[in-house]
Amino acid sequence: MSGRKRTLEAFSFELVMIVVAIIALILIIAPSLVVLIVSFTSGFSLRFPPPGYSLRWYVELWNAWQLHFAAKNSLFVALWATGLSVVLGVAAALAISRSRTLSARLLDSLFMSPLVLPALAFGLAALMLFSLVGLPVSPLTLVIGHTVVCVPYVVRNTVAALAQLEPTLLESSAVLGASRLYTFRRIVLPLIRPGIIAGAFIAFMSSFDNVPVSLFLRDAATDMLPIRMWQDLEGKLDVTIAALSGVLIIATVALVAMMERVTGLSRRLTN
Amino acid sequence: MGAAPASRDVTSYGMGLAAPLALFFLLFFVAPLLQLLWLSLHNDTAGLHWGLGQYLHFLTDPFSLGVLGSTLLLGAEVTAVCLVLGFPIAWLYQRVGPKLQTIIIMVVLLPLLTSVVVRTFAWIVILGRQGIINATLQSLGIIDTPLKLLYTQFGVVIALAQVQMPLMTLPLITVLGRIDPNLDDASCSLGAGSWRTFFRIVLPLSLPGVIAGCTLTYAAAITAFITQSLVGGGQMLFMPMYLYQQASTLQNWPFAAAISIIFLLAVLAVVSVFTTLGRLSRGYGGA
Repeated sequence: MSGRKRTLEAFSFELVMIVVAIIALILIIAPSLVVLIVSFTSGFSLRFPPPGYSLRWYVELWNAWQLHFAAKNSLFVALWATGLSVVLGVAAALAISRSRTLSARLLDSLFMSPLVLPALAFGLAALMLFSLVGLPVSPLTLVIGHTVVCVPYVVRNTVAALAQLEPTLLESSAVLGASRLYTFRRIVLPLIRPGIIAGAFIAFMSSFDNVPVSLFLRDAATDMLPIRMWQDLEGKLDVTIAALSGVLIIATVALVAMMERVTGLSRRLTN
Repeated sequence: MGAAPASRDVTSYGMGLAAPLALFFLLFFVAPLLQLLWLSLHNDTAGLHWGLGQYLHFLTDPFSLGVLGSTLLLGAEVTAVCLVLGFPIAWLYQRVGPKLQTIIIMVVLLPLLTSVVVRTFAWIVILGRQGIINATLQSLGIIDTPLKLLYTQFGVVIALAQVQMPLMTLPLITVLGRIDPNLDDASCSLGAGSWRTFFRIVLPLSLPGVIAGCTLTYAAAITAFITQSLVGGGQMLFMPMYLYQQASTLQNWPFAAAISIIFLLAVLAVVSVFTTLGRLSRGYGGA
C-alpha cells in the first residue's frame, strides 16, 4: 500500500468521524439554545426566529402563581428526598463498598435496580401499596417515592469515591491511636465528600425533574413542576413555559459549572 | 496472621450500616412491586379472584401486543441512533486538548441534567408546523406546505435520541480512554488502514462501554413517558402511556399491574441480554 493511499484512507476516516461528531454535538446543544432564544420572543407563538425580542414572557412568569406553587412543592420534595438519600445512601455505601461477600453484591444490585426498572411501574406499585395501608397521597409519599429512585446516584458516587480511598490511610490512622469515628470524621469523610456532593447533586436534579413517580403519588394539593409543565404543554403551547424553560436551563448551567469546580463532576461521570 | 483481621476491621465497615437502606427498600420498593405482582394475578378489579386473566387478556389482544412491540422497536431505533452519533463524540474527545475536552464533556453533560420537559419542549418548537425545520425549508423554497414532523415516529426517535444521548456517550468516553493508544499505532504500522483499525481494534475493545451505553439508553428510551407523549402525540401509544391510561383514567388496576409486570419483564430481559453480552465481551476487551 502506497503512503499516499494510506493518508487518503486515514483522512476519509477522520473526516467522517469529525463531521458526525460535530453534527451530534450540535444536535445535543441546539434544542436548549432554541428554547432560550424563543423565550425572549415578543410575539404570542413559538415561531422561530421570533418576530421581535422582549422580556414580556419572563414578566408573565413572575405572575404565574400556579407554576410558583408547583416549583415550591418540587423544591421541597427534592430537598427532603436528597437529604434522606444522602443519609441512607452514604451509610449503605460504606457497608457494601469494601465487602466482597455475596450479600454485599446482592444489596448493591438491589440498590441500583431503580435505575433500570421502569419508574412508572414503580410509581403505580407505590400508589397501590400506600392506598392499601391507608396512607393518603401527600408530600411524605412523594419524598419516599423520590428517595427510592434517587438513592442509587448517591450510593454509586459514594462507592466510587470509597474505592479510590487508600486503605493504608485508615490503617495508619488506627495505628496512631485514632478511634474509628475520629478516623471517619477526619480522614474518610473529607476524602469522599466531593463524591457524596456529586451524588447528592445528581439525586437532587433527578428528583426535581421526576415525572413517572410523581405522576401517581401527587394530587392537586401537591402539584409538581415537571407535571404542571407537561399538562400545560399538552393543553396549549404556552410561551410562559418557554420563559420557565429559559430559567431552568440557566439555573442548570450555573449549578453544573459550580459542581464542576467543587467536585470535578465530569471526571466522576467518565471514570 | 493476627494482624490481618485487625486491619480488615479498620478499613471496612460492618454490613449493619446498610440495614437502614435495605429496610427502606424492602418496605417501599420490594413490597410495592410484590403487591403489584399479587394484584396482577387477579381476574377482577377488587382483587378477589385469582387467575391469569389479565395476562391472557394482554397476550391475546393484538392491540396490547402492538403497543409492546412498538415500544421495544422504538427503544432499538433510539439506541442505534445514539450509538452511531455518540461514538464519534467519544472518539473526538480522546483526540483533542484538555480545553476542548472540557467543552465536549459539558455539552454532553448539560442536557442530562436539564429538565426532560424542557428538552422535549424544545423539540416541539423545532419540529412544529411553524418550527425551525419547516420555516427554513419553506424560506428556501424546497417545500410549499409544512411537513408533518411532530407526532411522527421520526420525530419521537430524534427527540428521544437527543434526550438520551449523554447516557450513551459517557460510558463510551470512559472505555475509549482506557484503550492503549499504542494499539492504534501498532495496527497502522502493520499495514491496516484507519477504517480497518477502527472496526477490528477500537470497536471490539470498546464493547464493554458500548454495551453499558446501550443498556442505559434502551432502558431510558422505552420508559421516557414525557417525550413519548408530547412528541408522539395522541396517535402513537407506547407502554408507559398505556399503563398510565389503564391505571389513572380507566382505574383498571389489575390490568395496569399486569402491563407493569410485562413491561418490567421486557426491560429485565433486554438488560440481562446486554449484561450477558457485556460479560462475554469483558474477556475480549479486558476493560
